[in-house]
Amino acid sequence: MPTRHGTALAVAALAAGLSMTAPAWSQVKIAFIDPLSGAMAPIGEHGVKHFQYMIDKINAKGGVNGQKMELLTYDNKLSPQETVIAAQKAIDAGARILTLGNGSGAAAAMIDFVNKHNDRNPGKEVVYLNYAAVDPAFTNDKCSYWHFRWDAHSDIKMQALTSYMKGKPNIKKVYLINQDYSFGHAVRKAANEMLKAKRPDIQIVGDELHPLAKITDFSPYIAKIKASGADSVITGNWGSDIALLLKASADAGLQVDYYTYYAGGAGGPTSVKQTGLKDKVFQITEGIANINTPANYAWEEDFRKKSAGHGWWYPRVRNEMEMLAAAMNEAKSNNPKVFAEKLRGMKYKNIYGKDTYMRAEDHQFFQDIYISALTPMTGDMKFDEENTGWGWKLTATIPMGETDVATSCKMAKPS
Amino acid sequence: MLELVIFSTLNGVLYGMLLFLLASGLTLIFSMMGVLNFAHASFYMLGAYFGFQISQWLGFWVALFVAPVLVGLIGAAVERWGLRTVHKWGHVPELLFTFGLAFVIEELVQMIWGKLPVDYRVPAALDFSAFELFGTTYPAFRMFMLLISVAIFIALLLVLTRSRIGLIIQAALTHPNMVAMLGHNVPKVFMMVFGFGSGLAAIAGVIAGPALVTQPSMAHVLGPILFVVVVFGGLGSLPGAFIASLLIGLIQTFAIAVNYSIGDLMTSIGVARPLQGTLSDLWQVTVAQVGPVVPYLMLVLILIFRPTGLMGTRES
Amino acid sequence: MSDTTASAASRSLSAMDLAKRYGIWIIAAAIMLVLPKIFTSGAALTTMCLMGIMIVFSLSYNMLLGQTGMLSFGHAVYYGLGGFLAVHAMNTIAGGKLPIPLPVVPLVGGLMGLVFGIIFGAVSTRRAGTVFAMISLGLGELIASLSLILRGFFGGEEGITANRTKMLTFWGVRFGPQIEVYYLIAAWCFVCMVAMYAFTRTPLGRLCNAVRDNPERTEFIGYSTQMVRFITFCISGFFAGIAGGLAAINFELMNAVNISGGQSGVVLLMSFIGGIGHFAGPILGAVLVVLLQVFLSDLTGAWMLYFGLLFVLMVMFAPGGMAGLVMLHLPLARRGTLHRILPWYGLMAIPAAMGLGGLIALIETAHHQLVRTANDGPAMTLFGIAYNSNSILPWLVALALMAGALLLGRKWGPQFADAFGTAAHGAETGK
Repeated sequence: MPTRHGTALAVAALAAGLSMTAPAWSQVKIAFIDPLSGAMAPIGEHGVKHFQYMIDKINAKGGVNGQKMELLTYDNKLSPQETVIAAQKAIDAGARILTLGNGSGAAAAMIDFVNKHNDRNPGKEVVYLNYAAVDPAFTNDKCSYWHFRWDAHSDIKMQALTSYMKGKPNIKKVYLINQDYSFGHAVRKAANEMLKAKRPDIQIVGDELHPLAKITDFSPYIAKIKASGADSVITGNWGSDIALLLKASADAGLQVDYYTYYAGGAGGPTSVKQTGLKDKVFQITEGIANINTPANYAWEEDFRKKSAGHGWWYPRVRNEMEMLAAAMNEAKSNNPKVFAEKLRGMKYKNIYGKDTYMRAEDHQFFQDIYISALTPMTGDMKFDEENTGWGWKLTATIPMGETDVATSCKMAKPS
Repeated sequence: MLELVIFSTLNGVLYGMLLFLLASGLTLIFSMMGVLNFAHASFYMLGAYFGFQISQWLGFWVALFVAPVLVGLIGAAVERWGLRTVHKWGHVPELLFTFGLAFVIEELVQMIWGKLPVDYRVPAALDFSAFELFGTTYPAFRMFMLLISVAIFIALLLVLTRSRIGLIIQAALTHPNMVAMLGHNVPKVFMMVFGFGSGLAAIAGVIAGPALVTQPSMAHVLGPILFVVVVFGGLGSLPGAFIASLLIGLIQTFAIAVNYSIGDLMTSIGVARPLQGTLSDLWQVTVAQVGPVVPYLMLVLILIFRPTGLMGTRES
Repeated sequence: MSDTTASAASRSLSAMDLAKRYGIWIIAAAIMLVLPKIFTSGAALTTMCLMGIMIVFSLSYNMLLGQTGMLSFGHAVYYGLGGFLAVHAMNTIAGGKLPIPLPVVPLVGGLMGLVFGIIFGAVSTRRAGTVFAMISLGLGELIASLSLILRGFFGGEEGITANRTKMLTFWGVRFGPQIEVYYLIAAWCFVCMVAMYAFTRTPLGRLCNAVRDNPERTEFIGYSTQMVRFITFCISGFFAGIAGGLAAINFELMNAVNISGGQSGVVLLMSFIGGIGHFAGPILGAVLVVLLQVFLSDLTGAWMLYFGLLFVLMVMFAPGGMAGLVMLHLPLARRGTLHRILPWYGLMAIPAAMGLGGLIALIETAHHQLVRTANDGPAMTLFGIAYNSNSILPWLVALALMAGALLLGRKWGPQFADAFGTAAHGAETGK
């Protein structure tokens, strides 16, 4: 009698879901909203581990303002609508700090939701801490007082990358290949503008947009890149789109350098190793495991022990949570309306011993940016990725000053 | 330019042949049983994952033979204990059954092998480049894929036109009732055809897995295209499916190689391109961007103007 | 709401008949009014709003599938386009300070759905069956792909947002709080339900059934089946557009997901699980599926697997859907024999609970073992029992439970069927 099963499930779900009202204030609740099912789930699940690790650390030091932190997790299935529902559930459960990373569609929905919620529910403000959505618009045209971003947005990364390329005269012909949606467009636009400004001699020999996550075989694109005579490829591709691109490239014996945003994502290092593209795949990030400071090594080692060998992918989560705890303690309040003020313009020394800050104008975090290449482990490298025996090797550090990009944000401060 | 044409043709034909391996089974199943099998691409995925797992244990060559047989048996079991139960409710529930089955298979695959792509490698014996042309290498494994596909195509052709069972199947394509009247065990033929079709899809999976990528979304990405092939070629028509497979393979590959937009065309014939308005984006879109959409456009157009498809004789 | 009850309502409008005829609607309205008083949390309100939207959407879908026998794989096109136009309308109205209140906006979505229903209906409804299904699949994929290309209108991945409170107040209501939106959606949902039910009672609605059941005969008696399909398709598009407009108001956001093949699949699932053979089926289906979507994912990581299995089992054993199962009991209720099978339900609950418990244990243990053990270790908790997913015992227990359920089901099942048959048709016909 399958229907009775169905009804039983529904009743159980109803009881479990609808009975969670009455917010409990004994703990500071932080709601983590990200895809926890479907193709992007590994990324979301690994994010949970980062946040849990941070919260355990903060609680071990006594929590914030004498209260413990607690992590609530919600699956948004990467959909903007589900994000809104998840945020609503989180707020019902008593969370006033929401964090979400993946998917610019979901992040945009979240900003919009938080703005409206705070506008319509004065006294119950919530804050959105963004740890991974990199659409530049979020700290430009769409900027919000209630949104803070710790990841470098795609223009900042491109600024860093082009700064690096400026000093590389052997780069002559660049091919752009990106996914046909807002993020891919942002990468492509920034690459065109910034390369023109910094290296007018570089020829952009191709500017490709392909459908998001629909291509099964990139060989035709590789044939095109080959025909264009490019020596470097810039791509914002992530997920299967980067893995398949690299695979097709290796099959055709295409020898170009890949400058990527997300070759380090879940499954990325595995596919790079599989293709054997040694020292050819670069990534632009705000930190890597193999940056030699004692604090960083100790941190990486401890985390890997607790997460079955997975690396600390998101240095930004550490920045986010440490700054959040600092702001809350400094403000002596767990109320977002109060501590948000402290986060604005906050200065912070990161694990690599470098100065960083949260720009008050647009709530965008600034830090040194690192370019690294995936390569088989050598003597001075300590950590590999995904047990492949290959790790990220530091190629260049772009100091914070060079990553500065202007903002068009006109932040409306709430009364 | 010439190298682009040559490699695009090779890639297009290869993709087309892969599509045909899948479409041939699908069209057989459809024309005999009337079931639009939404789970067909899932059997292709199962083939790839079984191929991966068996390669790990016993090597690729064993996998190439064992995985399709296993998947074929699973397919036959699905027909025997699933579809046959649903058959009495009619065609729509049958179709919905396969729809739900695709869902379940994808979830199970995710549970067993994880959500990330698995490390399914090209076997060492075929891991070299077959030839080099204009500085681009073409992997031997792709040539092998092409060979296998062509071999299966020929074998299928021979079986269907020369063997007794092939003749029964052919008869069942056009006159299913008559075949039953003549005393053939139609449910058994159904089960065999379903298992056989699933096995063919699995072969495609085993050989496509290492060359493309073996991941849980691979069925989902390919599924709708198969319907386009089958319907475009004409329901129940194997030659139609063959032509449609190659056509779609080539169109998709060549569309990527072309970088023109409607706007460019208008500029070149001296018409100013409109840059304002809601639909202004339409003029900026290049052929390469819409490449993957072209099959659906073909599907809609052929159904409007020739509902039987390219070479079909029936509509349902 | 079955045919028999409706035809029993005679022309003489006694109080009894009135109550019989409209009672169910009054009850439905009362439930809609009272629900937010019982479930007051924000998430519950959002969920109920979503249910209202999905009820309209799946009822509109069932006009095609259940009523006229047209299987569509692209119904989200009309829902999505309606929603997008509604979002743009909200922005235009707010920007131009036009004197149009928010409650009218879903109508804009409906008109958009109607317009596209006319355009696409003209090309796709010329044939029924597989050809129609395939054209709807192709059109669905085309529009979904276009939604990522025409960024001006569809806003790409992020979609288009609007702010419903920036419009003129409607008799002092600003539609800021979710509860006000709930009542707006509930009102529209009710009106649409009544309208769509009324449609099934019209001669055209009856003709739809004829076209579904026997198109040749319908042609013989002088009706154009193509025209019937076309008109129904347009009306269905209209209501789907209204649902889209309601979604636009509820989320204040529309994006490409709403127009995708996934959304078309969900509406098909909802209608079928609920039961396409009865008017109330899609309503039940929409409520259940929304509940599962929103809350099941919080309970288990394998929620999509449960969802798929539920659907497959439903298709295999209860193709009439939930409504079909309820309707099975109608003869019993009429004969007043419902109480006789209640003990049987009590008895059958044992194997059902065993089977379900075993299945859940199997799935959850497997899920934990395969997905989570690598990171979180083998220790897990299910039904309040803590155990180790590496040990063989829980697997054996789960399998034993399922085997036991199968045995008991085999043993009691026929007797249960007998008792049910006797209760439904009397001792003579029950076998």
